[in-house]
Amino acid sequence: MSLEKFLQNAVSSWMNEEGPNSDIVLSSRVRLARNMTDFRFSTLYSSEEAKEIVDRVKDKLSLYPGNLGELEFLPTREIQPLQKRVLMEKHLISPNLAEDTNYGAVLLSSEEDISIMVNEEDHIRIQCLYPGLQLKEALQRANQIDDWFESEFDFAFDEKHGYLTTCPTNVGTGLRASVMMHLPGLVLTQQLNRIIPAINQLGLVVRGIYGEGSEALGNIFQISNQTTLGKSEEDIVEDLLSVVKQIIDKEHSARDALVKTSNIQLEDRIFRSLGVLEHSRIIESKEAAKCLSDVRLGIDLGYIKVISKNILNELMILTQPGFLQQYSGGPLRPNERDIRRSSLIRERIKLDKDTCEEEK
Amino acid sequence: MVCQECNERPATLHFTKVINGEKTEVHLCEQCAQDKGEMFMFDSSSGFSVNNLLAGLLNIAPAFKQAKETEIPKTEVLQCEKCKMTFQRFINVGRFGCAHCYETFKDELTPLLKRVHSGNVEHHGKVPERMGGAIHIKKKIQQLKSDLQTMIADEEFEKAAEIRDEIRSLEKDANKEGGDKG
Repeated sequence: MSLEKFLQNAVSSWMNEEGPNSDIVLSSRVRLARNMTDFRFSTLYSSEEAKEIVDRVKDKLSLYPGNLGELEFLPTREIQPLQKRVLMEKHLISPNLAEDTNYGAVLLSSEEDISIMVNEEDHIRIQCLYPGLQLKEALQRANQIDDWFESEFDFAFDEKHGYLTTCPTNVGTGLRASVMMHLPGLVLTQQLNRIIPAINQLGLVVRGIYGEGSEALGNIFQISNQTTLGKSEEDIVEDLLSVVKQIIDKEHSARDALVKTSNIQLEDRIFRSLGVLEHSRIIESKEAAKCLSDVRLGIDLGYIKVISKNILNELMILTQPGFLQQYSGGPLRPNERDIRRSSLIRERIKLDKDTCEEEK
Repeated sequence: MVCQECNERPATLHFTKVINGEKTEVHLCEQCAQDKGEMFMFDSSSGFSVNNLLAGLLNIAPAFKQAKETEIPKTEVLQCEKCKMTFQRFINVGRFGCAHCYETFKDELTPLLKRVHSGNVEHHGKVPERMGGAIHIKKKIQQLKSDLQTMIADEEFEKAAEIRDEIRSLEKDANKEGGDKG
């Protein structure tokens, strides 16, 4: 079954590439929300309408130009709940679509850098993901895909309000641009709490790793635009970029300051966390995320040389409930997950260290 | 912490209410919150979200609250003719029923969009290629006019004259496009 390949690896292949500023920015994402003119929105549409939307997209898919990346069509009703959770943990589908049992679908590129959701809150949501800070590249790609869709479908649009979306928070450009940032320095030096309100005033939002309402696990924060109306797509991305660049600078200074003022404490914290990851036998997701964040910082600062940064990207995703259960081939109770999680982390770190040894 | 309403179930919703500047901490279990009508901000599946707040934003109009309590005659109900979404329902769910709702509720919509989009109410972004011939020209003219002002301010009159000519030619095209359609 073609779904399998999207479930097997924690890390999507696009994530293996190192992007600009990847010591702080994990990924850049652009999403465009679009609706077809001749159907009601998801709030009201009938199952028949929903089905027809999916069918139309599926029918046109054969015309989709190969240079934009081949797409695999996966209807959500054919995906098991646990598998949906895994796709969600990889950010390939939204929690909203993961709950769908009706006529949703997702179109995935083999690199998993393009994910097009059908019948999520809007009829079509085009999402492009890039490693590191590459918002402009992500926007350009999303725009190309959007242009293709527009050549095949009539999208709801009016001159005044722009692209008409189900929720008025997305109307206009329908664009949500976001970056995932690892900010341990700003958290440790307690500066982030002061920065967040300033960011909010600029029409941007800071959230935890899984978007709205989620907690910032492992010092990972998502920063995205709040307003979609009144500015062009390019300006929205430009404004977000400029704020992100300032945060990167601030995070660098915070890390420098930490190294200067509390080097030994920092080193102690990092190596303790590595110790926990290497030796614990039971670990909860929160603690795992904290330790993984510390170790990642340790790699960025050059304290830890025997583990690759990539393995941490992988473990951040792999140690979440959906993945753990997928990996174990069945449902696990929370305490079983904690045991499984710790053994998985130990195995992976050991594997990485062994590879490092061999290379030497 | 136990729910302050029923004193039985654990309180799962904690929030601060500010009424006339006076703060009150509220701790409720989900059921009591629902019974008390505090749930307008929460939907059972995904918990608290920005979208759910919209209902709150719209709900503050006192005139509207009154209307909600008294029976409104059928004829006065603002309803989208295409999808039958009523304004009342839109307020409750914070989402439109179809593209036409934007037209139906346009008068009520402006203040909401202003709140949500930092004071903006008009789209300044991408226009779909195949439906936007006239819109594209109009946007281009707007852009050129603003460029023209800059040129004049900078006393670059030669360039300004070029832009002026370009605007004139585009305006001709725009009229033609409009004429063709009409």
